[in-house]
Amino acid sequence: MESSEVAIELYVVLSAILFIMGALGVLLRRNAILIFMSVELMLNAANLALAAFARQWGNGDGQVLVFFVMTVAAAEVAVGLALIVAIFRTKHSIDIDELHKFSG
Amino acid sequence: MVGFSTDAQASVIAILPEILMVVLAIVVLVLDLVWPRERRRELGYVAGFGLLALAALLWLLDLSPTGGLSDQLLLGGMVRHDDLSQIFRVMVILAGALSCLISMGVPSIRAKGDYYAILIISVIGASLMSAAADLIMIFLAMETTSISLYMLAGYLRNDERSTEAGLKYFLFGAFTSAISLYGLSLVYGFTGETNIYRLGRVLATTDLTEASVAIALGLMIVGFAFKISAVPFHFWTPDVYEGAPTPITALLSTASKAAAFGLLLRVLLAVFPPSSLVAALDNVRDYSDLWVQLAVVLSVLTMTLGNVLALVQTNIKRLLAYSSIAQAGYALMGVAAIATVTSGDGAAAVAYYMFMYVLTNTLAFGVVIIFANTTGSEAIGDFAGLSRRSPLLALAMTLALLSLAGVPPAAGFIGKFLLFRAAVDADLSWLALVGVINVIIGLYYYLTIVKVMYVDRSPDDGEPIPVSLPYGWALGISAAGVLLLGTFLVTPFIEWANRAADALYVLL
Repeated sequence: MESSEVAIELYVVLSAILFIMGALGVLLRRNAILIFMSVELMLNAANLALAAFARQWGNGDGQVLVFFVMTVAAAEVAVGLALIVAIFRTKHSIDIDELHKFSG
Repeated sequence: MVGFSTDAQASVIAILPEILMVVLAIVVLVLDLVWPRERRRELGYVAGFGLLALAALLWLLDLSPTGGLSDQLLLGGMVRHDDLSQIFRVMVILAGALSCLISMGVPSIRAKGDYYAILIISVIGASLMSAAADLIMIFLAMETTSISLYMLAGYLRNDERSTEAGLKYFLFGAFTSAISLYGLSLVYGFTGETNIYRLGRVLATTDLTEASVAIALGLMIVGFAFKISAVPFHFWTPDVYEGAPTPITALLSTASKAAAFGLLLRVLLAVFPPSSLVAALDNVRDYSDLWVQLAVVLSVLTMTLGNVLALVQTNIKRLLAYSSIAQAGYALMGVAAIATVTSGDGAAAVAYYMFMYVLTNTLAFGVVIIFANTTGSEAIGDFAGLSRRSPLLALAMTLALLSLAGVPPAAGFIGKFLLFRAAVDADLSWLALVGVINVIIGLYYYLTIVKVMYVDRSPDDGEPIPVSLPYGWALGISAAGVLLLGTFLVTPFIEWANRAADALYVLL
């Protein structure tokens, strides 16, 4: 009977692909919310890698970190969306190219 | 296998500063509720002097533990209670205290209890960063600091510059911390451990390709480089420093930077130890070359770019932003020097340097806030005639600038001397030479401000600039600190920094 185990490498490759997609999203997108979603994708890529490694090593440490990452990501969403709303109120746009009020 | 202490008393003492700060944050929030509106202006005193008392307590009561590494790793190995965590804690708490005091002069935030509470929470995060010894705690402490600083940077909701600063800081911060987290997950994947001391021993004895370790190290470093605003992760610095409320700029440039340096020293040595430190193990692999080279490259780029760009600035907050980038570059020289284990000079130099830098930068930003509040200007040209409008302020600013430039008797001289000596001792003489050239570039723009204050004339020469009481405290404490650290207190502080550095090298 075929084993239902999926090799650890596949998880890691998948998480690396997700991570790179997220990073490219951050670098290429100009909309603050889309950038933010890409960051979340990167965090989840790390989560996937952590969960896979935790299973590989047979200890729970990685999974504990996953829980904390999810909590932190939720806190980040709350703060990030509040900041985006505050920006939108004054500028009526969340395009980060319009943030050049003071030159970089 | 490194064991963890389960001593309940030692565990409480190890996180006592954080516990007391949580209490202080709650006290501030409650007072904000029960105090009448006009009295709330004094909240800054409660927060500021509360933190100040805590810093003094930590400094004077020697809570540093005895015993080996196993006795110092507490709470399941989450924190390490040693001299390194103590010295960095005192400096971040001091930075928080001074930021609270200088917040009291900014009309739109001085009576807000939540503002002070968030500020204290960010200091808790920074304080935990100095002690963190586990990947989980490292991530949590860094995020606690960052998320509360995102809020504070964008705190002035109706001020376009402040919200923009908040959003920029947030997007950069979230991006870099996600990269860093991926690096942490890879390191965990290589070893199956999250405690950095266990992890380092496993990593040193596991058969891994150099490339995979380099990738994990590189990803991990990104988060730190962001926090210390090292080039090429410095883009946010000038904009955020300029847009954020000035007391928060002071906090950003001191507490979060100092804590990140403390953590960087600990993580690099523990996770990627030089082979001489773990010589007791068999088949040791030494990855320390990787991060030493990385630190050297970052150091050269950071100090050179920071100083060159600072030359052309006309806004004082932007100038101090580039100057703080340059200062991080100097401190990175010390980081590059820690792998040579003949002595703990590099780490001690970084600890001393960050301590004096915290005081110096707070002093400089304090003067900038007073000046901006009275005149409404942050342009360097408008500082003309400050020596006639307020001789003491001009003197305080001069002291801060001399310290940043590295001129005695200010503490910056000793700090730079220690860093250069550490670099030379670690066979990085050419790096020290690049540092010296940079110090000379720095002298030019720092002294230009002194010249503007003392020599240039302005039409407002006759109008004095009032200094309120909380500012008197904040500036007095930081100015006294800068002077004492450069003169009478040099020896005790260097000894303390040396003890901290020694603790860093105890890995087994």
